[in-house]
Amino acid sequence: MSATEQAPALAEGVGTPTPAVRSTALLARSLRLWRTRIGALFVLILVVIAIVGPWVAPHGAAEFVAIPNSPPGGDAGVLGTDYLGQDVLSRFLYGGRGILVMAAVSTAIGLIAGVVIGLVAAYAHNALDDVLMRAMDVIMAFPQIMLALVAVSLVGAQLWVIIAAIAVTTAPRVARVARGAAQPVVERDFVAATESMGLSRVRILSGELLPNILGPMMVEASLRLTYSIGVIAALAFLGLSPDPNGANWGSMIQQNQIALSTQPWGALTPILAIALLTMGTGLIGDGIARTAAGIDRERGDE
Amino acid sequence: MSDRPSLDTANSAAAVSVQDLQISTTTGAQVVTDVSFEIASGEVLGLVGESGSGKTTVGLALLGHARRGLFIDGGTVMLGDHDILGMDDAELRRLRGSQVTYVPQDPASSLNPALRIGVQLREVLEAHGSTGAKDNAERIAEMMREVALSDDPAYLRRYPHELSGGQQQRVGLAMAFANRPRLIVLDEPTTGLDVTTQATVLATVRELAALHDVAALYVSHDLAVVAALARRVAVMYAGRVVELGLAEDLFVSAAHPYTRRLVGAIPRLAGGRSLVGIPGHAPSPGRRPQGCAFAPRCSLRIDECDVEVPPLTPVRPEHSARCVRAREVVQQTQAKVGDPIGMNPADDDSSVLTLTDVVASYGKTEVLHSISLNLEHHECLAVVGESGSGKTTTARSIAGLHRDWTGSIRLGDTELETSARSRSTESRRQIQYIFQNPYGSLNPRKTVGETVGQPLAVFGLAKGRDADRRVGEMLEQVSLSASYAQRYPDQLSGGERQRVAIARALISGPSILICDEVTSALDVSVQAAIVELLGNLQRELGLSMVFVTHNLPLVRSIAQKVVVLSEGNIIEYGPTADVLAHPTQDYTRELISNTPSLETASVQTRATRPPRTQPGVPT
Repeated sequence: MSATEQAPALAEGVGTPTPAVRSTALLARSLRLWRTRIGALFVLILVVIAIVGPWVAPHGAAEFVAIPNSPPGGDAGVLGTDYLGQDVLSRFLYGGRGILVMAAVSTAIGLIAGVVIGLVAAYAHNALDDVLMRAMDVIMAFPQIMLALVAVSLVGAQLWVIIAAIAVTTAPRVARVARGAAQPVVERDFVAATESMGLSRVRILSGELLPNILGPMMVEASLRLTYSIGVIAALAFLGLSPDPNGANWGSMIQQNQIALSTQPWGALTPILAIALLTMGTGLIGDGIARTAAGIDRERGDE
Repeated sequence: MSDRPSLDTANSAAAVSVQDLQISTTTGAQVVTDVSFEIASGEVLGLVGESGSGKTTVGLALLGHARRGLFIDGGTVMLGDHDILGMDDAELRRLRGSQVTYVPQDPASSLNPALRIGVQLREVLEAHGSTGAKDNAERIAEMMREVALSDDPAYLRRYPHELSGGQQQRVGLAMAFANRPRLIVLDEPTTGLDVTTQATVLATVRELAALHDVAALYVSHDLAVVAALARRVAVMYAGRVVELGLAEDLFVSAAHPYTRRLVGAIPRLAGGRSLVGIPGHAPSPGRRPQGCAFAPRCSLRIDECDVEVPPLTPVRPEHSARCVRAREVVQQTQAKVGDPIGMNPADDDSSVLTLTDVVASYGKTEVLHSISLNLEHHECLAVVGESGSGKTTTARSIAGLHRDWTGSIRLGDTELETSARSRSTESRRQIQYIFQNPYGSLNPRKTVGETVGQPLAVFGLAKGRDADRRVGEMLEQVSLSASYAQRYPDQLSGGERQRVAIARALISGPSILICDEVTSALDVSVQAAIVELLGNLQRELGLSMVFVTHNLPLVRSIAQKVVVLSEGNIIEYGPTADVLAHPTQDYTRELISNTPSLETASVQTRATRPPRTQPGVPT
């Protein structure tokens, strides 16, 4: 940020100075905080495991290697075997991809839908705003996991059903935040300036409003990702995943919990992975939020 | 100054004495340096300066407070025998609100919106030891009468949002005077108010300070406002007091070139001269020059100016200035810096914009009643009125930003649709709008280049390199350099932002420019520069202009015709000189006399000296 001629720190005439931070700057600045760095490290490690895992796994995902529930050592491998005598380490290395892809895709769809709905509602100034937001309220009245369970039990545990169910339940929560963030922006004169030029509604929403709500939306994205991972893992734990016998962190917990006292690694490894992953996304979101708030304070009318 | 009446309090011991006050940022840059002044009981001292000059910082230091990122690292603020700067937190808490009080700029945000005003007034009394419920009720009623508000219990049960801006500010004054403080700091308390309300608030401050023998520091960027109530004025520039003297001396024969330029930037009712802004920028803390900070912008600069900061030199009794040539400068007559305005005569009767029977409403409330106006080619038409008079609604209806209107607005021969969205691209291009607040009218996430270039893309006028070139040219035309295209709005000052907004409005080559209070958020010296720029551009580009403002003297410097609005009706409409010199309506006369200007300011200060001894309650 190049030097300004006048000191912005000193009160400047009437009107509030704008908290103007470019979204890229926000990300970069948030990485100065340790919590963001640690979160990013957790996420990075697990994403690498999920992507590279299947190629480096010592055994196949459904390969019998030793007696079921053998403790680590010998034929059983470094983490022992699971309830079917499969290698826990290999199952773990195979089991991340599905969860991560599903979480990322469903959250992305939910985010995009939510931001669009929120922006349209904030800009509408009329009944459309109420109609949209009340519809969102109806969806939000049900817990996310419950709607997902209903969808899966009605249609079946197919990939697209789970993704759609999570996207649909994510969208209203995102929409509420997006609308709240966009509402004060809509009232500002630069929006009126583009209206007087006759800029199309789509361009006003995407070019004028969206860049001004990116900060809160990044925080929301990481928060929603955390929840999506949780819901997908929970569904898999209940046996509701596209391939119930395939390797999957959620189903691993359920399948191996009975042996928790004798061969804890079968359940503990995926539990740790999910815990670290959600902690990581949560820490990143927290870091971005703190950075945004810190910058706002720095630039506030001080 | 021997003609001072003996009633005057200047001779009594100073109630407040500030010595060598020094305030720095935590990074070490000096924000305020060597500030010393005294205020006697019952005296109002004006503290004037541009944004960033450190005036508010000094005001807060009198309460022993430094804003986040700043700290007071030297000097004393003596209130009687006590040094405020040496007090601990507990002592400061007892002091503030009882001995020293503060009236902030924005009354709406300084009152608690969730509490009734009666409760808030009682809190002020109770916080400083008064407990008797009956006493408090009496005191509150008395306070309300003093600030010319109703002491009716029903009125005290109102919430702040049920009061107008002026009433809110008077409640703020009542709270500040409640505990009979010895010192009161007023930080631009009238900046957000329209002229009529401002006049009554100023009168209230003046009378209460005199009545209760309170020393008051009135901080403002507007010399004319300060002169309306202060006997002495301190002018701050780049963290130092550069001149300290009697208000009328500063107007007639200031001893510092900066003060002279400030005086020259104030719009005048008589004369009709163009306004001249001060070229250049005030240096920001940390990059102030070794010598006189004003030297780089000064037309009287000599080599000696750059050697060291000149000391505050007395030039006559009660008048000193920080200028090596002070004794010389003070002898000069205040130059009439502005040229008399040779305005283009409006071209015959070719109307570019015609409003016929325009009626506008917000919901069920009709705010404009049958307005008919005519804007001629090359003409600047000023629309003047108090807040709520419908002047901004008129402007927004013309631009199609306010949709709820009926009647007819014609652009040349074309009948305009109500909303901008349903108008043709060509008519949208022809009419361009500049908003009041440059802090809100630029998208903070876009560079200046993107903002200024946007109309070119929207109207399909230019793209790519051609567009970049035109953006650069336009920025230079509004006296910014082409390199500003890379900057973001938060890197610009208020005046620079408003220039960017002007560039955005002009780049599409419009025929009509609508300026909605474009200077009301700016300092007086910046206002002068913006008005100067708009006037020049209007003449060069042959624009027709609708100039909405509440500042009547400003109208004199830019508009050929003026229309005065009150409560949605046109009450006066004619050539500017005629309307201002011979107003036919009481409303216009009142508007003129309430506007602080060089002429009215000196009349008012003289009229109120000696201080009235009666509990003067303005009605």
